[in-house]
Parts: sequence; structure tokens; C-alpha cells
Amino acid sequence: MFHWLEKNPFFFAVGVFLVIAFAGLIEILPGFAQAARPIEGLKPYTPLEIAGRQIYIHESCNSCHSQLIRPFKSETDRYGQYSLSGEYAYDRPFLWGSERTGPDLHRVGSYRTTTWQEDHMKNPQQVVPGSIMPKYPWMFKLNADLDTAYAEAYTDKVVFKVPYDEPYGVKLGTYEEAKKDMLEQAKTIAGEMKDPDVKTAIDNGQVREIVALIAYLNRLK
Amino acid sequence: MQNSATVSYDYSVAKQFMIISIALGFIGMLVGVILALQLTWPALSNLGDEYLTFGRLRPLHTNAVVYGFTIPAIFATFFYVAQRTMKVSLSESKFLSTVAQLMVPLYVIILALAVFSFLFGITTSKEYAELEWPIDILVVLVWVMWGIVMFGLIGMRREKTLYVSMWYYIACFLGIAMLYLFNNLEVPTRFISGYGNWYHSVSMYAGTNDALVQWWFGHNAVAFGFTVPIIAMIYYFLPKEAGQPIYSYKLSLIAFWSLMFVYLWAGGHHLIYSTVPDWMQTMGSVFSIVLILPSWGSAINILLTMKGQWQQVKNSPLIKLMVFASTFYMFSTIEGPIQSIKSVNALAHFTNWIVGHVHDGVLGWVVFMILSAFYHMAPRVFKREIYSKQLIETQFWIQTTGIVLYFTSMWIGGITQGLMWRATDEYGNLAYSFIDTVRVLFPYYAIRALGGILYLVGMAIFIYNIFKTATSGKILDKEPQFQSPMGA
Repeated sequence: MFHWLEKNPFFFAVGVFLVIAFAGLIEILPGFAQAARPIEGLKPYTPLEIAGRQIYIHESCNSCHSQLIRPFKSETDRYGQYSLSGEYAYDRPFLWGSERTGPDLHRVGSYRTTTWQEDHMKNPQQVVPGSIMPKYPWMFKLNADLDTAYAEAYTDKVVFKVPYDEPYGVKLGTYEEAKKDMLEQAKTIAGEMKDPDVKTAIDNGQVREIVALIAYLNRLK
Repeated sequence: MQNSATVSYDYSVAKQFMIISIALGFIGMLVGVILALQLTWPALSNLGDEYLTFGRLRPLHTNAVVYGFTIPAIFATFFYVAQRTMKVSLSESKFLSTVAQLMVPLYVIILALAVFSFLFGITTSKEYAELEWPIDILVVLVWVMWGIVMFGLIGMRREKTLYVSMWYYIACFLGIAMLYLFNNLEVPTRFISGYGNWYHSVSMYAGTNDALVQWWFGHNAVAFGFTVPIIAMIYYFLPKEAGQPIYSYKLSLIAFWSLMFVYLWAGGHHLIYSTVPDWMQTMGSVFSIVLILPSWGSAINILLTMKGQWQQVKNSPLIKLMVFASTFYMFSTIEGPIQSIKSVNALAHFTNWIVGHVHDGVLGWVVFMILSAFYHMAPRVFKREIYSKQLIETQFWIQTTGIVLYFTSMWIGGITQGLMWRATDEYGNLAYSFIDTVRVLFPYYAIRALGGILYLVGMAIFIYNIFKTATSGKILDKEPQFQSPMGA
């Protein structure tokens, strides 16, 4: 049979394809419906948190930080409750990472504050001597892209049926409403921050990248 | 066969992809060295404003070596090997040679766009699939063009039986096509909402599903990009350079089909102790162990091809490079399965040991094989003798030293990290804070950077040698049949 296949490239290619597609069919398809179910009480990201998440991706924070706490005592002692599948139901893309050059961040919001994050992003070595993380001064100067954040949340809502605008849930609304809510949430965070320029910017209706990023990091609990 | 004397092979496309591959290979490795230095001395991460941080350069490094170095090398060797093993010339078909020639500028455009998009932080975050959807579409286009040329040439072939290398090139084409398409399914947000960046998109899959698809892709992109086509190369170039037939046809057959079947299952080993279903983690672990068999099947077949001819390892630096490469293939395909065992993975995952594993595989196996293929092709493509044998020797030893420094430092550093993360004091509390486990890595990061620099120096020697071959090597009056001629 194999000799015959080597003289008949079409059937050879079909054979190879079937053999390599097999594992994917068995492994990937059946798991889908179940794994996508959110845990009870899981809220979608607010548009500002999505803006922060986009900055996290933009700077490839995930190349050094994981967001996956494995079920070992050494990990739960260090980072908190181990991660559950349903917690990631609204994560597009997932951000588990594959290296821990820096610590895991899946629950960083439960033990770090806004001001800690602010100081640390400005100068990591001052907060954690010996840290090898870069400084991110431009995050205090550049504005977050709120439009793309809204676009992503809106896509999540209409294409992937993420439950925005449900009673007692996270509100998305129209573009104008979402912009207003983003500014509102940003104001609360900027209120806790020290950087004067970030505060002035908020008063002028501008949200610096750092504010959105902290909104996202605080949300990781 | 009788026609073969009259076929004059067209190496123009092979030559162009060879140049792209070498250029991007150097850039990719240079960026790798910069990253290694940034981890050692973090101030280097802040030299270029926001554009040159570790986060921006890391995807640039991986993509430059995957899409900039390896894929063009696959194209280059394909356009060389396919014509010769099938006794057909690209120039025999106007259509196919036009499509093949168009692949080159299109690919250069993709690479240029990729470099800029990473420096500007435009990324989907999925490893080796970081390119946003507009560039993905171009990549798919090039891939389809390659498929057209591949099957077009197969349709025109004079040698009816496909040689082993061709099996592997076909598998590479099909595997990457399937994986790339499914992993990059994403929805452009601007088209749905009318707001924001036009190039932004969200993944079709969420959370655990996304992770599953990503590592089904990620692991097998390595399989079909860094293993399958490299085996295609060694099955052609080693027997050709050595003037020896492949040791066993049966073994190559068994190794091929079992590799195809087993490899795809092993992706789950990237997700051990994560939130994907337990049975998939176990499958990933078990099949990774099984994977030793087909991997070693190929490697042993290659090594036994040299049976009775081992003096060639001493006499020919090219044979030495290729034998070294297949030895490293065996080495990293035993290391990977060990890291896939659940209890070992618990220690190794997220540490630098994994980085070490990736690099002993690519530096020792993938890059060495590709460079040997280019050395073998050079006298045939440029019709000149290889400029210097001595330089190949020098390059070999410098790069080998670099590899050894790289993987030993990353092993020790990685296992140290893993052990410190889980270490407890006499009361059962964690013994170290996270930053302790960062500080301890300094010497290992420094040694790794040195290893990387040595490897890059070797790459520069290679480029010089190829450049001199093309410009001032002794002109050959006829194509060498087996061993590549080289000057002192």
C-alpha cells in the first residue's frame, strides 16, 4: 500500500492529512461546549479593563508573566486559589503565558494596590530591588485606545454573546455611554494615583494607558 | 531516469529564498542575543523608548527565526530538492515558475510588515501566531502559492516514485496549512462595530479552548516547521553529500507514518496541570513519550546511513555538521518527552529549562541542518567551490561551544528556579520570595548571553564563507556529484 501511495501523490496527501487531522478532531471538538462555560458570578470585563488588557497584550506582558495558578500548595501559597477553567470564559485571547520570568498575575489584583502598580510600572527596581522588568514611562504619557476597547467589547457582545447590558451586570451601551463609563471608572483609579499629569489628563477627558492597565490588573482576582 | 541528463534545474527561486533566510536568520539571532542581554542587564530594555523593550522584541525574535529564517530555508531547499528528486525543472512550466517567482517579493513584504508591526506592539499575543489578521492573509496566500508549485511540479514529475524528502515536504505543507488556519481564526473588531483600529481582532476561541487550540498549533508548528521539513532536508543532503544510500527504506517508512500520527497528540504537554481536561493532559504526556520512537527512528536511520563511512565525519566538515545535527535531534527528542512526564513538568514548566530545550533543539538540530544544506547547495547554485573548509571547522566549534553554554546554563538556571519556587522552610512556609528566584539567575543569564554571542559569531562566519563562495570561490566546470568541493 505504501509503495502505491508513493506513486500516487494525491492519495498520499489525503492519507497524510487524515492521519494528522485525527488527533485534532478527537481532542479539540468534544471539549468545546463544556470548557467555555463561565463560573457562577463571573462578570465580563468593563470596556476600560479591556483597554487595559489590550495594553497588556500590546507590551507582550504575557511573554514574562503567566496567568495560570497550578494546583500545587507551593503555588496556592504564593499566588492564591488555583485557576479554574470557567474563570477564563471571557478571555479572548487566553493569556496563560509559557514562562515565569516574572511572577504569575492571575490574582495580582487581590494583593497589589493601585499605588503599588503605579510606582512599580514607573520604576520596578525602586519597588522591587533586583527586578529585571523594564520601566514603562510612556504609559504615563500616551492615551489608552478607548475606541478599540469599545469595538472589542461590542464584538464580544454581538458575536460571542458575552452578557453585557444584562440586569445588575456590566453595562456596555452605546459608544457614547461606554466612553462616559470608561472615563468614570478611570477617574476613580486616577483619584488614587499620585502622578499629577495623569490626574490633569483625566480632568481633560483623556485616559492615560497606565490608568487602563491598572484597571485591568486590579480586576485580576 | 534517462531524461535526467537533459533537465537543467532552475535554482533562481531557491537562491533568493536562501538569501532571505540567511539575512533574517542573522537578524533573528541578533535580536535573540539582545533579549538575552536585556534579561541580564534590564537597563538595556529601556534604551529605545517603547520600541525596544523585551516585550516588543521577544515576538520579533521568535517570528524572525520561524518565519524569517526557517520557512524561507524550507522554501529554498524545497525548490532545490523537489526539482532534483523528481527530475523536473521549474523552468519547464511558465505558470509554475511565475508563481514561484512571485512568492519571493510577497514574502519580503510579509517580513517587512511583521518587523514593523512587532516593534509597534501590534500582536495577537498567541505564541508564533502573533501576526494580526491582515498579515495572516498574506501568509496564507504565500502558502497556497507554494502548494500550487509543489503539486504542479509533482504533476509534471519524471521520476514516478516520490523520494522520502518529498513525503516530508508534503506533510509540512499540509500540517502548517491546517494548523495556521485554525489557530488564527479571529474576528476583526472594526468590521463588527465600526470603531477603533482596523487591524485589531479578537480570537474565535475563549479561555481554555483558546489555550487548547493555541498549543495544538504551537506544538505542531514546531513539528511541521522545525522537525518535518528538517528531516526532509537531512534525508536528501546527508546521503547526497556522503555518497551513501539511506540505510533502511522500511525504517524511513515506519518513522514517517508514525511521526504523522503521534505528533499531533503531544500538544497537550504544554498544558499539564492547567485547566484543560485531565485526559488530554495525560494523552499529551503519554504520546510525548511514544514520540521518542518515530523521532529516533529517523535519526538512527540517518546515522546508520554513515555505517562504514565514519571517516567522512573527520574528513568533511559538512558531514560532521549533519551528524552533529541528527545527534542533537535525538538529544532534544529525548529531553522533550522527559519534560512531558507530569511530575517532571510540574518542576520544569514556566522555567528556563524549557527555553534551554527549545534552543538545544533549534540551534543544534534545525539551524545546523539548514546551514549544512546551504553549504551543500552553494557549489551547485553558484557553480563555485566552497570558499573555505577551515572556516566551516572554525564556525562549527564556535557554535558548538555556544550551544553547550546555552543549554547547560538554562538547565541549571531552570531547575534552580523550579526548585526554589516550591522550596519550603521547616514550618512548611515558602522559603523564597519570587525576587530571590530572579536574582539567582543572573550568572546563568550572563552565560546564556555569552553562548548566544558565540553562536551569532559562528553565523557571521557562515555568512562570510557563503558570500566569498558566491563571489570569489574557484569556478567549477561541472557540477559535483557527491562531496561538495571546498578550498582550504
